[in-house]
Amino acid sequence: MTDRSSPASAYDGGPESFAFTEANRKYAEKQIAKYPEGKQASAVKGLLDLAMRQMEAETGARWLPRAAMDHVAGILGMAPIRVYEVASFYTMFKTRPVGRHHLQVCTTTPCWLRGSDAVLHACRLAAGNVPDGTVSADGLFSVEEVECLGACVNAPVLWVGDHFYEDLDGPAAQRLIEALKRGEHPRHGPQTGRQNAAPAGGPTTLTEVPPPVPYRPEAATPEPAAGE
Amino acid sequence: MLHDRDRIFTNLYGIHDWGLEGARARGDWDNTAALIAKGRDWIVEELKQSGLRGRGGAGFPTGLKWSFMPKASPDGRPSYLVVNADESEPGTCKDRDILRHDPHKLVEGCLIAGVGMGAHVGYIYIRGEFHAEYKNLQAAIDQAYEAGLLGKNACGSGFDFDLYVSRGAGAYICGEETALIESLEGKKGMPRMKPPFPAAVGLYGCPTTVNNVESIAVVPTILRRGAGWFAGLGRPKNTGTKIFCISGHVNRPCNVEEELGIPLKELIERYAGGVRGGWDNLLAIIPGGSSVPLLPKATCDTVLMDFDSLREVRSGLGTAAVIVMDRSTDVIAAIARLSKFYKVESCGQCTPCREGTGWMWRVMERMVQGRAEVEEIAVLEQVTRQVEGHTICALGDAAAWPIQGLIRHFRPLMEERIAAYKAARTARPLPIAAE
Repeated sequence: MTDRSSPASAYDGGPESFAFTEANRKYAEKQIAKYPEGKQASAVKGLLDLAMRQMEAETGARWLPRAAMDHVAGILGMAPIRVYEVASFYTMFKTRPVGRHHLQVCTTTPCWLRGSDAVLHACRLAAGNVPDGTVSADGLFSVEEVECLGACVNAPVLWVGDHFYEDLDGPAAQRLIEALKRGEHPRHGPQTGRQNAAPAGGPTTLTEVPPPVPYRPEAATPEPAAGE
Repeated sequence: MLHDRDRIFTNLYGIHDWGLEGARARGDWDNTAALIAKGRDWIVEELKQSGLRGRGGAGFPTGLKWSFMPKASPDGRPSYLVVNADESEPGTCKDRDILRHDPHKLVEGCLIAGVGMGAHVGYIYIRGEFHAEYKNLQAAIDQAYEAGLLGKNACGSGFDFDLYVSRGAGAYICGEETALIESLEGKKGMPRMKPPFPAAVGLYGCPTTVNNVESIAVVPTILRRGAGWFAGLGRPKNTGTKIFCISGHVNRPCNVEEELGIPLKELIERYAGGVRGGWDNLLAIIPGGSSVPLLPKATCDTVLMDFDSLREVRSGLGTAAVIVMDRSTDVIAAIARLSKFYKVESCGQCTPCREGTGWMWRVMERMVQGRAEVEEIAVLEQVTRQVEGHTICALGDAAAWPIQGLIRHFRPLMEERIAAYKAARTARPLPIAAE
């Protein structure tokens, strides 16, 4: 817990007040409606995420100021401290400002084995080597080492916004960051042109899938498999 | 070797349409009402016969797990199905491909699981980092509602079933079932004591079963093709197919669905293009996600990839995430990085884990440099035993096992490192007073 970039002390900067826009308020209601009556606290993570997205739309940085947590607490009828503890527990809630592009580099063993050090280095360089938890002078970048992102066969992985950029190396990460700097939307997913989690060079399985046999349970015995 | 006709996840790589039409063309949602009509007991019995063991790591029989759910609710409490899509075990990325490329297999599986355990509401808890996957999954659910496959009278079967997606927000511990339930209730994801087990007191205090994505997604295919078909694949008590994630130092890392019990060497050579630099360049493999002890090359030569075979060599199948390390790897550093992972991800609730993971990581960092005494290896071993089994959930065990595996198989290397560090220090010429 202690190694996370959210510090033990609360961050007091940020806007004095926060309120969901009309559209987001409606979206929030839909989130709350997923859960049974009286269990609206279940929507807290969804609403905090929504608040961060609104912050991103308004300020360019996806983070969660205290005022937004209080607003969510008010909507859900939760004590503010319950919301604060959720916000500080989960790593995706950034309780201090981040850059316009928050570069989250997975450095857990599967990514590390495939060269995440070079990716991390490229990201740090782009952010002017500012300490983790702070934002580059131009406000564009902040860097965070994160734990396993769950895309290990496409390691190393860099996570920016809602997207994973996969199969990276140092130069590829650099090119990606340059594109972000220019305000482009680089293609996410594998950067080597391979098909998702298929092996490079094309799938070695699923090349001869027969059509499915219709399920007709009246036929007493299971149908023999087609194809041979 | 598994034939394509026996593969369940036929859109694993996302080559085809993941939407409803594409799913139907692959045989999903085919006559689902007939499956439901066979009834709860038949579904559970078929699953038991199929030998399906939970795909999330523990390998508990899925049919048996469902049978623990109450048949009736005298006090009016509803039952819940919760699907664990909080995939975050280092090395593991199989559920991701189901969620984004074959979401209808999971959605249909949820409906049938709902019938099998008497739950009319299901929640899929997906890790927050999986945003694209969440989008596809939610779209698949919306499509299913629109087509009358979910909701009131789902598939025209007379069974009502509602399915919701809830996003996590970055916490490995929420992959533990009771932590996941806490998180779903809007709290910090701190595991609960068991008993009571979730089947008695789970989500909102109601009977709940938490299943892994893959366990649920294979259910419709098993029921359609018959328990005998599934049980005929793999090895006894380790039946069926499994998605393996092969990462690390291989030529072509990938996900692939294969039979349980495939030799580890064959899995890597056939599907992942072999170990970088050839099989003889192999150092060690973590066969089932970061939580299981690593295997030295000699064991990898012959071991089979299933629950029981891997247990026999004092490791585990876990999530079937194969992390390959070649001879260029500093294996002490590789395990130390995992120790950091567990230190970061410990929820902090139990003292042995909260303090132990940090302590173990700090000692491991010294072991990487060799800045330690040889006796400390034994102390480290002992501390892992003090953490293991002394915590509410298995995260403490998971933090202990990789270190135990390292010491078991690479102790000479650790001693060498310590000796080298000492030698480097003593070899430095003593400072000589200015002449």
